Amino acid sequence: MPEKTIASFSIRKLSIMDEKGHVDEKLLPRLSHDTILKMYKSMVLGRLLDPKLLAMQRQGRISTYIEARGQEACQVGPIFALKKSDMIFPAFRETIAMITRGVPIENVLLYYGGDERGNKIPRRYAFFPVSIPVGSQSTHAVGYAYALKLHKKPNVSLTYFGDGATSEGECMEAMNFAGVWKTPTIFLCQNNQYAISTKHNQQTAAETYAQKAIAFGFEGIQVDGNDIFAVYKAVALAAKKARAGEGPTLIECFTYRLCDHTTSDDAKKYRDPKEVQEWEKKDPITRLRLFMERHKIWDKIKEGKLRKICEKEIDAAIKRWEKIPHPDISDMFTHTYASMPTELQEQLEEISHD
Amino acid sequence: MTELTLLQAINQALHLAMKKHKEVIIIGEDVGKDGGVFRTTEGLITKFGKDRVIDSPLSEAGIVGSCVGMAAAGLRPVAEIQFSGFIFPAMQEIVSHAARIRTRSRGVYTCPIVIRSPCSGGIRALEHHSESEEAFYAQVPGLKVIMPSTPYDAKGLLLAAIEDPDPVIFLEPKRIYRSVKEDVPDRYYTVPIGKAKVVQEGQDVTVVSWGAMMQTTRKALEQLKDISVELIDLRTMSPLDDATIVESVRKTGKLVVVQEAPKTCSVAAEIITRVNEKALDSLEAPMRRVSGPDVIMPLYQLENYYIPSVERIVKAIQETHAY
Ligand SMILES: Cc1ncc(C[n+]2csc(CCOP(=O)(O)OP(=O)(O)O)c2C)c(N)n1
Repeated sequence: MPEKTIASFSIRKLSIMDEKGHVDEKLLPRLSHDTILKMYKSMVLGRLLDPKLLAMQRQGRISTYIEARGQEACQVGPIFALKKSDMIFPAFRETIAMITRGVPIENVLLYYGGDERGNKIPRRYAFFPVSIPVGSQSTHAVGYAYALKLHKKPNVSLTYFGDGATSEGECMEAMNFAGVWKTPTIFLCQNNQYAISTKHNQQTAAETYAQKAIAFGFEGIQVDGNDIFAVYKAVALAAKKARAGEGPTLIECFTYRLCDHTTSDDAKKYRDPKEVQEWEKKDPITRLRLFMERHKIWDKIKEGKLRKICEKEIDAAIKRWEKIPHPDISDMFTHTYASMPTELQEQLEEISHD
Repeated sequence: MTELTLLQAINQALHLAMKKHKEVIIIGEDVGKDGGVFRTTEGLITKFGKDRVIDSPLSEAGIVGSCVGMAAAGLRPVAEIQFSGFIFPAMQEIVSHAARIRTRSRGVYTCPIVIRSPCSGGIRALEHHSESEEAFYAQVPGLKVIMPSTPYDAKGLLLAAIEDPDPVIFLEPKRIYRSVKEDVPDRYYTVPIGKAKVVQEGQDVTVVSWGAMMQTTRKALEQLKDISVELIDLRTMSPLDDATIVESVRKTGKLVVVQEAPKTCSVAAEIITRVNEKALDSLEAPMRRVSGPDVIMPLYQLENYYIPSVERIVKAIQETHAY
């Protein structure tokens, strides 16, 4: 009986645009200038939203905020690579993805302002509510995709999650189901190097997160997560494959969280500032801007204008949010069941009276 | 004696336990370098090293499941679940294994683990960061369930939990982590598990509460100077010290239970049932619950309507007294 290798694998990494905005023309996805400008705008809008909400949190106008500074390419790229009707299952860091989908910024403000109505995202946005239990939403993406397949719909589902999430059973169970059922699902892992303070080498002994897909019988690929063209291309290819009935893909976006984990965190406690500085040089927005400048579709004046437009959009949303009346006490009762049981009606009355 | 917050008392208990018992190890998400998201495990990794203070991968099932194995091999793991609302992936390990190993192996293997977790609302947090789940665990045979309300008790009960031969769920009311302070002895001491504490003697009405609601209840009592209230801090939800409560109700004839958790099938419901079974003849008024409603804990705009207010507690005690 000979001993022989019966399986072997390799993992590819896709990079298209470097830190200076130089691209590999052969790999560059075909995108109109208009689309590139729109992508850029979404990234800048996200970048500008973060400090605004951070400031509001510091002032106590909202209670918590979860930034995604540094991860804008992973947030925005997939939304552009998919159809508007492809369903997104976010974790909790996907604010920028959400507003890129077109969900009003007021929703974000409501949510972080402690009002459940922020999570009321009409179905037309195909964007599932925020999922805070780490890794738990991936299974939903698989179930949804199963139904899409059953109904012969030409759509796919995409689930965002972090590197930490891959340690949760559900995330791996989701991949196993997707592999077995060959569902049209894209697993988008944003490897931002940390799960709060926990570094990737404390999270897994594997060299990449991408290779986790191999064990479940489908393709995993790593992309430069600060390169929006690479993220876009990987998601577009995965979606094409999924629509053709060829099943799921895991895309590991290799990126970095430039900000604290949330407003309750102090990353200085566990991260070397030098490491942060190194990653600041790889900024996803800077490199796209350099690319656009090199292609003469961008300049300082346009940059200034865009920033003003984004600031205005954000300020207008804040103004609209300020006018939304606080939720009524009944808001915490009305959505518990399709129709309110008598005992809940009694409890609502009791609380409202006191 | 040093004046400590609840948080500091827990931290001190962990330091003392690790020093005294070589088998104690700490495991959880961000408990090492970061010192825990609330800083309850601050300083442990520098003192005891990363083999005994483990920054685990992000997996509650993995954390509790490995504790079950470690305990079988003679260690005494103290696991931290970052927020009680994130414990659910570990429920299989807690309910199907930790709680049952002693029974399943007829005592050959045991599970002396402690699962610590911050619970309850009032810190304006995101979803899943504010629930009070003590009743879930009280329903599981084989688990002990503790929720302290003072720094002194937190330290003594945590040390008792670590010494306990069975699995203990140790819920920490995070809203009062920093707001309650008292002098706590510096030495190692334990407070017995399964004993409620009469914190104020009275004649008219027995009021039972625990965790963060003890503070709200104390505030309510300040407005009720004309009613002589006997206030009991339950401290342990399982095993439930009904003897202390029954003895008190035999004296006062009246009972109000204050809890933050949802109303139905709750610890408050169990307390009232036990008093009904053991002291019905002493009752002079219907027993009352002041509790959270049976709805999902809302985000912070509404959480202060969910968490029983001073006014609701005052009203319930007044009405019960006047009955
Ligand atoms: C089941 C569960 N456990 C713990 C937490 C607390 N928590 C929130 S975010 C986080 C780290 C998540 O890391 P990762 O998946 O890498 O995503 P990132 O935050 O880096 O975007 C933890 C431990 C949680 N939300 N859910």
